[in-house]
Order: sequence, then C-alpha cells, then structure tokens
Amino acid sequence: MAKVLMKGNEALAEAAIRAGCRAFYGYPITPQNEVPNYMARHLPERGGVYLQAESEVAAINMVYGAAGAGVRVMTSSSSPGLSLKMEGISYIAAAELPCVIVNVMRCGPGLGGIHPSQGDYFQAVKGGGHGDYRLLVLAPGSVQEMADLTFEAFDLADKWRNPVMILADGLLGQMMEPVEFGDKEPQVVEKPWATTGARGRKPNIINTLDIVPESLEKRNYALAEKYGRMGEAETRWQEYKTADADLIVTAYGTSARVARSAVDMARKEGLRVGLIRPISLWPFPQAPFALLADGLRQFLVVEMSMGQMVEDVRLAVNGRGSVHFYNRLGGMVPTPRDVLAEIRKVLGGGGGQ
Amino acid sequence: MKRICQRPESLTDVQMHYCPGCTHGIIHRLVAEALDELGIREDAIGIASVGCSVFAYNYFNCDMQQAAHGRAPAVATGIKRVLPDRVVFTYQGDGDLASIGVAEIVHAAARGESITVIFVNNAIYGMTSGQMAPTTLLGQKTTTTPRGRTVQDNGYPIRMSELLATLDGTAYIERVSTHDPRHVLQAGRAIKKAFAAQLHGKGFALVEVLSTCSVNWGMSPQEALDWLRDNMVPYYPLGVYKDASVKEGEAHD
Ligand SMILES: Cc1ncc(C[n+]2csc(CCOP(=O)(O)OP(=O)(O)O)c2C)c(N)n1
Repeated sequence: MAKVLMKGNEALAEAAIRAGCRAFYGYPITPQNEVPNYMARHLPERGGVYLQAESEVAAINMVYGAAGAGVRVMTSSSSPGLSLKMEGISYIAAAELPCVIVNVMRCGPGLGGIHPSQGDYFQAVKGGGHGDYRLLVLAPGSVQEMADLTFEAFDLADKWRNPVMILADGLLGQMMEPVEFGDKEPQVVEKPWATTGARGRKPNIINTLDIVPESLEKRNYALAEKYGRMGEAETRWQEYKTADADLIVTAYGTSARVARSAVDMARKEGLRVGLIRPISLWPFPQAPFALLADGLRQFLVVEMSMGQMVEDVRLAVNGRGSVHFYNRLGGMVPTPRDVLAEIRKVLGGGGGQ
Repeated sequence: MKRICQRPESLTDVQMHYCPGCTHGIIHRLVAEALDELGIREDAIGIASVGCSVFAYNYFNCDMQQAAHGRAPAVATGIKRVLPDRVVFTYQGDGDLASIGVAEIVHAAARGESITVIFVNNAIYGMTSGQMAPTTLLGQKTTTTPRGRTVQDNGYPIRMSELLATLDGTAYIERVSTHDPRHVLQAGRAIKKAFAAQLHGKGFALVEVLSTCSVNWGMSPQEALDWLRDNMVPYYPLGVYKDASVKEGEAHD
C-alpha cells in the first residue's frame, strides 16, 4: 500500500479504526483535537460510535461501560484531561477491561501550555490513579509509530485484559510524515465475560469492589502476577550504535528523535555515542541497560520534563555507570545542537550524579 | 395449589445486606418485577452505583456493571451506544446522582440517552454514616448538619425530577414514594413505564423513588415511613413530571 502524508494524530485515529475500534468517547483539548475530529468524521461511516462526552470524567467512564460490553473502545486527551481520567483508569485497570487511552502530552503543571512536553511520564507509568495497578504504556517516536503502536495497542489490550496507553506528545501529534497502514487484520477475541445481556447464560458482573481483605488480597496478587507476565513479554526498545559506545543517550518520543540526530553529529566528530530508545515505558526496558552498564560507560538521559524517566534509567543502571541528565521545559524542544553540547561536556570529563 | 407470590426471576436468591426498615430491598423488587413482566431480564444490563446499593450487582439476576461514584449514567451511555438493542438501567442514590454525579445525569438526560434511571432519594448519605445529602431537607439533622440543615450554610435541597424535566431529551420522569403499600404499587407502575419508554425508543426515563433510611435518620422503621410522608412528600411532590408518550392535552395519572 502507498504511503500517505498525515498528521500524527490523524494517523493514530485511522490506525485505531483499522484495529477494530468501534467506539470513541472524548472531549476536546489541544494538541490532540485531530483525534476526535477524525473519529467524528470517519468512525460512524465505518460502523462505529463517536460521542463527545460532557467531560473527560464522563468519557473515561463511557469507555469503562463499552469495554465492559465487549467492544474495542478508545479515548484520547492531553495532560489536564488525563488528570480527570485517572479515577476511571484505576477502575478500568481493576476491572481488567481492555481499552486504549491516548495522551498527547502538553506542558504543565496546571493549565500549563499547549506545546509538547513529557511531563506526564510518572502519571502514566507509576500509577496516576489510586491503588496498585499498571498500564501498558507505549511511546511512539514517529507518525508511522503513532499508527503501528496504536493498532497493536488494541490487540495487546485484549491479550492482557488491561488498558494500554499511547503516550505521545504535541509534536508527534501535530507533525506530518508519510505513513503506511499495511493490510494487517485485527485479531478477533472472544469475550465471554462481557456484559451483553445474560441471554441463555448466567449473568456476568463487572465490578471492582471487594470488601473482604483476604479476597481482595488474592485479587491484588493475581493482578501483580499478570503485571509480572506483562513485564516479561511486552518490553520494547530500540538501540542505535550502542555496541562500541562510551556514552549511551536515552530518550523516548520526540526527545529520542532529537537525541538520534545528536548521536549522528557526535559520531561525525569521532565521539563514540549510542542511543537506547525505550518504546514501552511500562514495562521499562531494563535489559539493555543491565547489559551495557559495565561500569565504564556513561549515560545521558534527555527529557522534556524535570527528570522523570531518568529515575528508571538510574534504577536500571543500578550504580554501574554515571547517569547524566539534560532537559528543556515549558514546551521548549531540545535541539540536536543542545544535546551535542551536552554529549561533549559529559565525554570531556566531569562526573555524573 | 396456585402460587400467588414468589421471588421475581430477576432477583437472585441472595440475602440482602440492607438495614432493618430500609426501602432499597422493596425498590429492588419493583425493578425486578418490571424486568420480569416486560420479559427483558436477558436483555438487561444494570449499573450499580456507589452508596448503600453498591452491592446491587449481587441482587439483580442480570448482567451488571459497578460504576464509580456518580458515573453510572456515563457508564450506561457507553454501553447503550454500542449495544442499542439491549436494555440499560442505572440504580443510584441521591448523593451519587444529585451531588457528585450531576454532570453525568444532566448530560445523559440532555442527550436523551435511551436508558432507565432508578433514583433513590433518602435525603441522606446512608453508606458513609448519615451525612448531609443534596436532598437533605432544611432543618434535617445529619452527622454533618448536627444542628439541622440551614439555608445560610448549605443552601436548598435540589429537586432533581423537576430540574431534569426541563430538558428536552427526557421522555419520562415521575416521582413516587414507598411510605405505604398503595404508593409502593404506584412506584412499581412508574418503574415499569420507565423501562417501557426505553423499549419504545422514547428517550431518557427516570423514576425518583422517595425512600427511608431509618438507621441514619435515628427513627424506627414506622417512624421513618411517617416522617417521609409528612416531611419529604410536601417538599418533593409526587407525580409525573414528563411523559413524552402522552400527547399534549391527554389525561394521565
Ligand atoms: C469518589 C468517591 N467519593 C466518596 C466516596 C464515599 N461514598 C461512598 S457511598 C457515599 C454516599 C452515597 O450516598 P447516596 O448516593 O445518597 O446513597 P445511599 O448510601 O444513601 O443509598 C459516599 C460519599 C466514594 N466511594 N467515592
């Protein structure tokens, strides 16, 4: 199939429809508006339901209902909207309902600004809502990946009966690149647990309440066990020129695109620099760090946040190498030159923290 | 021998957890009878809310989802939109529907979602030990209005049926009571109508059921029923507030 030039947000929406998404519940917020706009235009004519909810709170609870009823369903928002969805996300994770949740991050805190940021990493991978739960979090790095990871997110959600989050940012959502959709067919999954009306069977119940500690503990352990299996099966990352590198730059999403250019510039100067780009943020790819952190290599984490993923990198490196950090905030995107300057600084001496 | 009374098929054979004198059990039965009589148990998907009726998923013998506090109408919307030929209902208390869930109920009603809402108004937060509800009457003592609710501190109780009836999306709205057998029978008829409205694709239907909470009101069950009749019914007048199935000028009860 031919490539088409599309905005990241639109490619994501198109991929969702191709993945069998049959309901979209959302609420407008910049910089993700192209997602609901695209869905409103195309989903009904392709057999799905589009509904603009009264709030993100309502939207995520509509997702809970439709996911419980057994259909592939998605919601999309940007940072302040995600804060409102957190209650519902906790319930969806607890009820083990499959769905796809998109966050096209903008900068905060508060109303912040509408420009790209990566400030919601903690919210996405460390919880965000109440209680012990995990989302599978995927971070696209291009318009093609906005499409590919979203398509895959629906299969993963059904496979694990777990919400999957696409953690993008305003730049990935707004920029245009050629994208190819291929002719993959979405998986068809039986959902005997769904509440579709108890026709000739016992009633199905979707519930997250369990007031007996012995019983809830069992349920929590079962969730933990599932998260453990997800952690083993679903870790993804990309490595670039890491084999001989003295310095490993680490970044995801938009920051990773910038970091990759900086790595190429550094290589031209004869500096041995590589890149690890985590694609799954939860589960976090510990393996490449464990392998590469030999006590000699250094690490440089680049983020558009005050330093969030850097904590996971430090855990993965586990003291076997200095971990440095470089960031821009407030909607400012680091340039390859900025990162190159940082690379030179680190390799020119000076210890990390 | 002819059996004249039995447990409706739409209720499970499970002992309910409600306090002595609570009317939730009666209202559950009325809902179950409506599902039986209309033959829709196997098409029904119920949404339990947060409040004393949170365990409703154990009592209704149909598919059930349990929703976060106040969000039942959004959950119901999510289901009904993808399964339009099923019967979707919510069962909510006054804290759930008239306080934390106001946005969800108002917008579900305004959109004319084809769902049936059973709204149990007991003028108090039962589950959390008797705090003031948005429907608590002026002067009524609760654990958070120990000297009685005042206009100065807490404003006025909300009349949800009247409020929702102003919205064009609503098809059927009636307020009923449970304080004596005659009114319980009327409540049953209203609940059946509210399900029938959904079956006929009329739009959003809601029945507000005035209910007691003798334990948190600090009364005996009989005192509570009398208090409901003498205090709640005058502030929350019973009757049909909206009936889109009846044409302008037609008489109805
Ligand atoms: C988000 C959230 N806030 C508060 C609560 C605590 N809570 C549980 S039940 C309830 C009140 C319910 O009152 P009502 O809807 O009137 O039902 P009743 O218990 O009287 O039947 C509250 C506040 C909760 N579970 N979730």
